[in-house]
Amino acid sequence: MSILDSKIPEGPIDQKWTNHKNQMKLVAPNNRPKIDVIVVGTGLAGASAAASLGEMGYNVKSFCFQDSPRRAHSIAAQGGINAAKNYQNDGDSTYRLFYDTIKGGDYRSRESNVYRLAEVSANIIDQCVAQGVPFAREYGGLLDNRSFGGVQVRRTFYAAGQTGQQLLLGAYSALSRQIGLGRVKMYNRHEMMDIVKVDGNARGIIARNLVSGKLERHSAHAVVIASGGYGNVYFLSTNAMGSNVSAAWKIHKKGALFANPCYVQIHPTCIPVHGTNQSKLTLMSESLRNSGRIWVPKKKEDADAIRNGKLKPTQIAEEDRDYYLERRYPAFGHLVPRDVASRAAKERCDAGFGIEANDTNEGVYLDFASEIKSKGKQVAYAQGDHNPNEETTIRLGKKWVEEKYGNLFQMYQQITAENPYETPMKIYPAVHYTMGGVWVDYNLQSTIPGCFVAGEANFSDHGANRLGASALMQGLADGYFVLPYTIANYLSNEIRTGEISTDSKEFENAEMDVAESISSLMHVKGNRSVDHFHKRLGLIMWNKVGMSRSEAGLKSAIAEIKGLRDEFYNDVFIPGESNEMNAELEKALRVADLLELGQLMAVDALNRNESCGGHFREEYQDDEGETLRDDKKFKYVSAWEYKDREATNSALHKEDLKYEAIKIAERNYK
Amino acid sequence: MSNSALIKSSIAKKYWMALTGLFLCLFLVGHLIGNLQLIIKTGEEGRRAFNEYAYFMTHNPAIMVLSYLTYFSILFHAIDGIALFIQNKKARPVSYAYNKPSANSSLPSRYMALLGTIVLVFIATHMSNFWWKMKVSDEVPMHTYYSPSSQDTMYLTQKGEQISTKQIRELGEIEGTELILKADKFNASIEQQYSSYLASNPGISDDQLADIEEQKKKLKSKKDEILAEGYKDLHTVVMAFFSKKNKSDSGVPLGLLGMFLYVISMAVLGFHLWHGFASAFQSLGMNHPKYTPLIKVFGRGYAIVVPLLFAIIPILIYLNS
Amino acid sequence: MASKFINVTLKVWRQKNADSKGNIETYQLSKVSTDSSFLEMLDQLNEQLINEKQAPVAFDHDCREGICGSCSLYIDGRAHGPQTQTTTCQLHMRSFNDGDTIYIEPWRSKAFPIIKDLVVDRSAFDRVQQSGGFVSVNTSGNTMDANAIPIPKTDADNAFNAATCIGCGACVASCKNSSAMLFVGAKVSQYALLPQGKVEANKRVQNMVRQMDEEGFGNCTNTGACEVECPKGISLENIARMNREFLKSNLTSEK
Repeated sequence: MSILDSKIPEGPIDQKWTNHKNQMKLVAPNNRPKIDVIVVGTGLAGASAAASLGEMGYNVKSFCFQDSPRRAHSIAAQGGINAAKNYQNDGDSTYRLFYDTIKGGDYRSRESNVYRLAEVSANIIDQCVAQGVPFAREYGGLLDNRSFGGVQVRRTFYAAGQTGQQLLLGAYSALSRQIGLGRVKMYNRHEMMDIVKVDGNARGIIARNLVSGKLERHSAHAVVIASGGYGNVYFLSTNAMGSNVSAAWKIHKKGALFANPCYVQIHPTCIPVHGTNQSKLTLMSESLRNSGRIWVPKKKEDADAIRNGKLKPTQIAEEDRDYYLERRYPAFGHLVPRDVASRAAKERCDAGFGIEANDTNEGVYLDFASEIKSKGKQVAYAQGDHNPNEETTIRLGKKWVEEKYGNLFQMYQQITAENPYETPMKIYPAVHYTMGGVWVDYNLQSTIPGCFVAGEANFSDHGANRLGASALMQGLADGYFVLPYTIANYLSNEIRTGEISTDSKEFENAEMDVAESISSLMHVKGNRSVDHFHKRLGLIMWNKVGMSRSEAGLKSAIAEIKGLRDEFYNDVFIPGESNEMNAELEKALRVADLLELGQLMAVDALNRNESCGGHFREEYQDDEGETLRDDKKFKYVSAWEYKDREATNSALHKEDLKYEAIKIAERNYK
Repeated sequence: MSNSALIKSSIAKKYWMALTGLFLCLFLVGHLIGNLQLIIKTGEEGRRAFNEYAYFMTHNPAIMVLSYLTYFSILFHAIDGIALFIQNKKARPVSYAYNKPSANSSLPSRYMALLGTIVLVFIATHMSNFWWKMKVSDEVPMHTYYSPSSQDTMYLTQKGEQISTKQIRELGEIEGTELILKADKFNASIEQQYSSYLASNPGISDDQLADIEEQKKKLKSKKDEILAEGYKDLHTVVMAFFSKKNKSDSGVPLGLLGMFLYVISMAVLGFHLWHGFASAFQSLGMNHPKYTPLIKVFGRGYAIVVPLLFAIIPILIYLNS
Repeated sequence: MASKFINVTLKVWRQKNADSKGNIETYQLSKVSTDSSFLEMLDQLNEQLINEKQAPVAFDHDCREGICGSCSLYIDGRAHGPQTQTTTCQLHMRSFNDGDTIYIEPWRSKAFPIIKDLVVDRSAFDRVQQSGGFVSVNTSGNTMDANAIPIPKTDADNAFNAATCIGCGACVASCKNSSAMLFVGAKVSQYALLPQGKVEANKRVQNMVRQMDEEGFGNCTNTGACEVECPKGISLENIARMNREFLKSNLTSEK
């Protein structure tokens, strides 16, 4: 008997959330100030949750490791946010967004959660506009939309290439308002070190003040973890340098199950790797696929010549270019989902057609020349010039592109010193998002009572592959429109609990454990920096638990990570003291957790003998290299229970996925 | 709260800087028009035009109000500026070891306080040189014109008596632009002259005494008498100040020095205006894609033309002296 | 992009903590790839320091793609280094030459006290935001439809341009007066331009300006340095708009 109870409400799919909301228990306004809630993380999910809970009247304590809540990495999301508004009159609906998301996730997500997500998506846009988020608008003053991968409607709202920034600043402004009103107490530069359980319930956290190095005890009636994803296990990723799994991992170690860790999204359009000192990869928004065409040369000798600098991409004739996405997936073309686009790029580069002159020749072109011409013509026509010359067309086209994607083009030029208006961008897939995360039920509660998990940190909505512009949607849906209801249902039993003391044995022990783990790391006094181990972990993960995985590779990854971890605990060197600001110590504590997580990812990937979404097992593909899913054996969520550092000892629990509203089918974008 | 915000807040300080600054820009134009009288017309005509202007500036009631506004503006602009400067210094207690502000801002914009202080020092000396003399001290000689109603020389009274400038100052009064010989004062003076004459000549005969009485009666005027139009002769003061001949006892060429310092001060003023003019509009919230470029161009033109014209005047005076 | 390697001399501000007195230390760093970002160059320096068992240089950084606003650094006398519209993390070593000496200092402002080395405390910005940088709308899901109020595209675009501020503090750091007007002006402008923000416009600008003054930032003297050094190119128009809003608010509010 599984310990997993997903608590999906009864009733037809489109009634579940409404019925559930009607039946959940409430906390009366006069009781809310007696209840404390801790929110860890201030990204879209964390900030929106903290702000909403503060508005409702709870005492909220919000934590972020950055110097300001506004820095959370949601800010870096570029392309947009989906919502089933159907403003473009192209047949969009809640059901269609729901369907696209399930299909995009390769039928590995929980139906009821996804439907709720689609249902509240429209509210998010209303809420954000009311907050003053400056979404892009058309000349008539109404909101503009663009399309994203894996869908055939235009439902993505955006703010140039900085949608995440604008949405996060919206949530941050709501949070700031509550801080100013004294309803949320903000703890900047604080990192959660552990969760404290009293009688099995989440009752608080141990946090480290990153400026003084002091450990602090914070109690609460419920704890929300909104600490983001774990892409940094690959070292090189589009995540921020500080993004980490630690908060999620700590609760995992204290009893929260960790679900689908092997589902990692490799984003197809990132700037290729350039050198060994590189610290991170930069995303070029998926929205660019609206306008750019991806290609590699048809002839290997052309690819060679380009890499050697003998040929320029603009010199390759149209007929010598292989627009492989258009060729393979005519129906969706460049707008296939991310996993599909990424694998296709890898396939071409593995076959020797890569164009980037780096160690692995990995890179393909994203070309805007055709779009510049066609949009230039349109703009000229709209301006009354019905027969523009080439020069005018290109000038206007570039201007159009600049308005749409200016900041992205500028960023690309900064990083590569190449002008993407003149020469095609070079791109290659890179680790971007993690669909896996802490297992939560329909109420977003983990298997630790009172510990809720929101945003990328949980596993629930994206299955094996997330569609573009859905992460922002999920973060805000969780924080604004789901958690405030479901957490109240839990807290309704807490109105008599009273203030929770931090002097209890449980808090004392938790703090001592944390202090001990810090001290033991500080005392290794080895010879290697934290980054040294992190980079090696990243290489193992990228090569063996990356875009394509095999049984042999995964097995060796499991062993290698164990070896690396032992080495880490014997040879890591952390300079300085623990009672001061110490970035190396912070990194070491995070990498220690990544060294356990990485192994669990490999274990999970090894267990999943099928290919689905972002999880591609070489053994399970068809003749054309498409994924072979096994719905008979693997239509379940793998939720792992922590036993010890060795992930091979983790216990697997399965949550069977039931599809009632959608007929499960092969995922086809051809 | 909002009332004090209009004085104390950082933004309000900027409003006041801008408003007083722009008012002073207007003042400069007025001042310049007057000063140009020094070079536009020459000789007696120039002297009169300038002195008339100087008179107008010190006597017209509307101008008086404006001039108090100007004093206030100068003071407020300076005090507010100094307050801003001190506050701004405090906002960065430790400065950069290596700083390259030339990459992001113009030189004048960064040295407004210094430029302003120099301008303030200039204004102080300028006022002591000219304004003080004009307004307060008696060092300025009179410049009087023959009055059609009086006799053909300005020093001859209606009674044919010659009187000196000193006497005019003692006995006469300027009412408006008219120099009036006051009958009572004049008569008293005559009386006094005769009594002192009598006192020093004790043996005088009765006949003689009668003659004298007769003479006295003739001389004593019956009513106040308009002698001439009279102005303080600021023109001469200015001309003398910037003259080649203006040298100290030890031979220092004060005229040259004065001209030189004046020109430098105008250059400093030009730099101050170069930033200040357009900046005032920005402080008042006037920034518009269409108009701001025009304001900037105008402001820079203003910053060049106005100080330049001011500076030309002493140069020409010096050269022509 | 052919990468090459350069050697540089670094003059870095080192300060153990808020209370200690700091000083400039000199470091030699060789074999720096010109494809490295400036922060990757600092990673390299830190790796070298750690290998020599010395304390690495503390500096704020996070997203490394120019959007989070964590990275700061006064490089060779300029905020975020020699290039305009660039954050330090997006500044690449190809902007430097072999043999260059590079000065690296923290933001200098009374309102941004130094925490350690190159790390400063910018929470003053948070407090300014908390004083009024928001629209007072609660989460409800029942707010009016997003398209209910059409907003002229130019207003929306201008609001967006103001809203692209990343809160890095380069404006304060490069202003000779340590003024935060560009930051505050951008926030005030974003909301003043949108109908949603107009309702509270009067109160907002007064509260934010008051908080800004209380934090100890200097005054704006319109040098324009902030606009030049702002990595997001936020325009001075936003300061003018704030000046306007502040005047309007003071003249029309009843209190």
